Amino acid sequence: MGNPVLEIEELRTSFSIKGDYHAAVDGVSLTVHENEVVAIVGESGCGKSALALSIIGLHDLKTTKLEGQVNFKGQNLLSLPISKLNKVRGRDTGMIFQDPMTALNPLATIGRQIEEPMDYHLKLSSAAKKKRTLDLLRRVGIKNEQRVYGQYPHELSGGMRQRAVIAIALACDPVLLIADEPTTALDVTIQAQIIDLMKELQNQIKSGIILITHDLGVVAEMADRVAVMYAGELVEIAEVRELFVNPLHPYTRSLLNSIPSNMEAKAKLHVIEGIVPSIQNLDRIGCRFAPRVAWVPEEDHETNPQMHEVKPNHFVRCTCYKNFHFPEGRVGEKDYVTS
Amino acid sequence: MLKFILRRTLIMIPQLFLLSLIVFVLAKAMPGDAITGAFAGDPNATEERKEELREKFGLNDPWYEQYGRWIGNAVQGDFGSSYMYKQPVTTLLAGKVGNTVLLALFTLIITYIIAIPLGIVAGRWTDTWADKLIVTYNYFSFATPLFVFSLLMLFLFSFILGWFPIGGSVDIKIEEGTWDYIVSKMEHLFLPVMSGALLATFGTIQYLRNDIIDTKLKDFVKTARAKGVPERKVYTKHILRNSLLPIAAFLGYEIAGLIGGSIFIESIFSYPGLGQLFLTSIGARDFTVVTALVMILGTATIIGTMLSDIILSIVDPRIRVE
Amino acid sequence: MSLLKVNDLKVHYPIRGGFFRNVVNHVKAVDGISFELQPGETYGLVGESGCGKTTTGRAIIGLNKATGGEILFEGTDLAKQKRSDRRTYVKDIQMIFQDPYSSLNVRKNILNTIAEPLRNFERMSPGEELKRVQALVERVGLSPESIYKYPHQFSGGQRQRIGIARALTLNPKLIIADEPVSALDVSVQAQVLNFMQEIQKEFNLTYLFISHDLGIIKHMCDRIGIMYHGRFVEEGTADDVYNNPQHLYTKRLIAAIPEMDPEKRFEKTHLRQSINEEYRTDYDSYFDKDGRMFDLKSISTTHSVALQ
Repeated sequence: MGNPVLEIEELRTSFSIKGDYHAAVDGVSLTVHENEVVAIVGESGCGKSALALSIIGLHDLKTTKLEGQVNFKGQNLLSLPISKLNKVRGRDTGMIFQDPMTALNPLATIGRQIEEPMDYHLKLSSAAKKKRTLDLLRRVGIKNEQRVYGQYPHELSGGMRQRAVIAIALACDPVLLIADEPTTALDVTIQAQIIDLMKELQNQIKSGIILITHDLGVVAEMADRVAVMYAGELVEIAEVRELFVNPLHPYTRSLLNSIPSNMEAKAKLHVIEGIVPSIQNLDRIGCRFAPRVAWVPEEDHETNPQMHEVKPNHFVRCTCYKNFHFPEGRVGEKDYVTS
Repeated sequence: MLKFILRRTLIMIPQLFLLSLIVFVLAKAMPGDAITGAFAGDPNATEERKEELREKFGLNDPWYEQYGRWIGNAVQGDFGSSYMYKQPVTTLLAGKVGNTVLLALFTLIITYIIAIPLGIVAGRWTDTWADKLIVTYNYFSFATPLFVFSLLMLFLFSFILGWFPIGGSVDIKIEEGTWDYIVSKMEHLFLPVMSGALLATFGTIQYLRNDIIDTKLKDFVKTARAKGVPERKVYTKHILRNSLLPIAAFLGYEIAGLIGGSIFIESIFSYPGLGQLFLTSIGARDFTVVTALVMILGTATIIGTMLSDIILSIVDPRIRVE
Repeated sequence: MSLLKVNDLKVHYPIRGGFFRNVVNHVKAVDGISFELQPGETYGLVGESGCGKTTTGRAIIGLNKATGGEILFEGTDLAKQKRSDRRTYVKDIQMIFQDPYSSLNVRKNILNTIAEPLRNFERMSPGEELKRVQALVERVGLSPESIYKYPHQFSGGQRQRIGIARALTLNPKLIIADEPVSALDVSVQAQVLNFMQEIQKEFNLTYLFISHDLGIIKHMCDRIGIMYHGRFVEEGTADDVYNNPQHLYTKRLIAAIPEMDPEKRFEKTHLRQSINEEYRTDYDSYFDKDGRMFDLKSISTTHSVALQ
């Protein structure tokens, strides 16, 4: 592993709902190293996107409270004034959004939109900017870059637009890329192309990448390390191979069991009991996953669940993983062998 | 592009034809005719005399023949003569069109000068005291009837304070073409323009405010922030560009609306324009003038909407025509 | 006899252009596809957005007009039926939509939502109706009291089950499921898929399962048709298509499924690269000179491919 580029410590992101603040990201600590892809995986509402936006302060500060530390390039981004933060955004960080149909300004050409971060962060002549932009377009796999440079977003297909969004993120050679569900809105074959492109680019640029996704397939293809998130907390962190071979937390195991392509055809899929609690109704005391594995005896959970390093670089929250197994009669589960 | 404008213009022809037909038929369907109007209150007019005149002017011919004659002349710019003013409608209108266009133009400019900044402030800083103030003004302007507000303005600034003239479009004693003439015109325009503009801001402010609030949450704005674009530039380069687009496109509709809306304003301020003429002509059943005016107002509306379509197709790359 | 036999189905839309906006060409959303559904089976229609899979489903149920070909349902050609005559078959074919948020009327409580088809097709006393709806609601795993609630009071998975309950009210024979779980989270998705399998046996249903997700299609379907640009590329059992893909496009689609084993990711990337290479070199042997797929040719009893 290279040097750390980003160290998140006890990050808590709370949103104001009817006057009260509720934490959507609740004490997350995570480190991203150079040349490393860290995937944050979880279902909708778990706080993974809120986490991504918190890193570079993209929340509306009137309704959001940020606590903890986001240490990046020797400064805590959470305490930076907006003018200083703007020197970091787009320069040292790049962001890739989910939906390329909406992530681009419909009234500006692709070329202009890729050059825009250079306007603020790099001192370049307009000819140099154009050259750099054309070069970026080629690097993200756009072959007729001269033509695309002058085109508007609506003239491009979804896959091409997502390539343009990636080019924007890479415009100033950032050391940290944050990709929020970069392939979710795309068709299967386009998704595969974008995954391959991002892997290829990662080999070139060697920056740290945070990959936010709900798709364990994308995780298996791209990530070096994985953090599983549930109800605002990270519940398991491990290297990708370790996580797929030896998942420990009951939530991780449940998720892996509910994916059809992971299971035999027509087999019954695992269903997690109950529903994801909303951030207002979340019981923040004890193991947050406990209500959804009701058969696990209470004493198996920790009263104040902590992250435990069970193996080097493999962390699990709470002690309930130790004796965890799916109840009998609930057919179809692959009962992963626990160490 | 040229093809689009050409096609859009060609579509106008059947629209105008339909409009003229409706106008003509409606005018014919109204009780009474020009003869009744011309002799209203004249005790010496006998039924025979009226009938004789109707025959002479072709008012007893089938309606389609009358329509044919009327449209044929109208295309050549001849709308017949006014029975009330005893002069050709064209000459009559020529003296008033300028005043109405001036009034509409100034009202439009002042409306935008007031509405656009207010809409932007309210949309950008939502839920602040400034926004609340603007929204209050907006509801007020929406709820206030134009004629009540105009009368109030007239009463306050002309009668009580005496700052502005009570009626007319220019002081007749001043010679045309001098500086004083222009100043006098402006003085006469001020109250009608302000009354119209202060109430006409409603649509633009409301639209702009809502659109900015929507656009603020769009993904591409997030992209811009993630690029490190300063907040002020996020607004000028990304949000406002997108939100002002529909406003530009509504320009044509606004013009059409204002020319139609001039009827009240001009009557209240005794401003000699098409609107005032329209009301007096209806009262006098001067149908040649009324039909000509409806045709002109209708044409203005049709051209206005066409203008809007063309503007939108120029400014928005998504519907820009090759 | 097959339950549904689609024969050379075409759905074309005119493209207007030029000065007088006359028809200059057609968008061939569906361009001559044929397939059959046997009673009790699940047939998967898979492809990427714009391939015509949704249009096919909508044409079968009559939401899009078929411009050519036959849709034989139990031997009757639905494509030639007038709207009014179609009514008899509407009962037997029901649809489940993708988005459980927008396919339910927010102002109708669950009782009225589920009872609507009953009121349209069957005469029932309010008491009978209530019993029937309660039984259905219980079958889809919701409490009988919940029938007086409104859609916003349910979670996404529950709403999709309500949509299924509505489709079941008239005891249909065929259910067209158009991306039924695409809007749901993985764990909720699992719940709905399990449930669809359960009721299939119980109500003896035949599914036409439309999806872009190859993992779900593989899990659910007995036979699969792969669509591309309005045409069939390949048809066969799940085993034929996933383990022995013949057409270049099928290979590309299968290779695009993310690899769930991190150890094999590089293999997968290389496989995709070699398929891309094949696209460059062998394109002409898979598509005719207009870029159109050839007609299907069978290569085994179950497996056919669009090859020259």
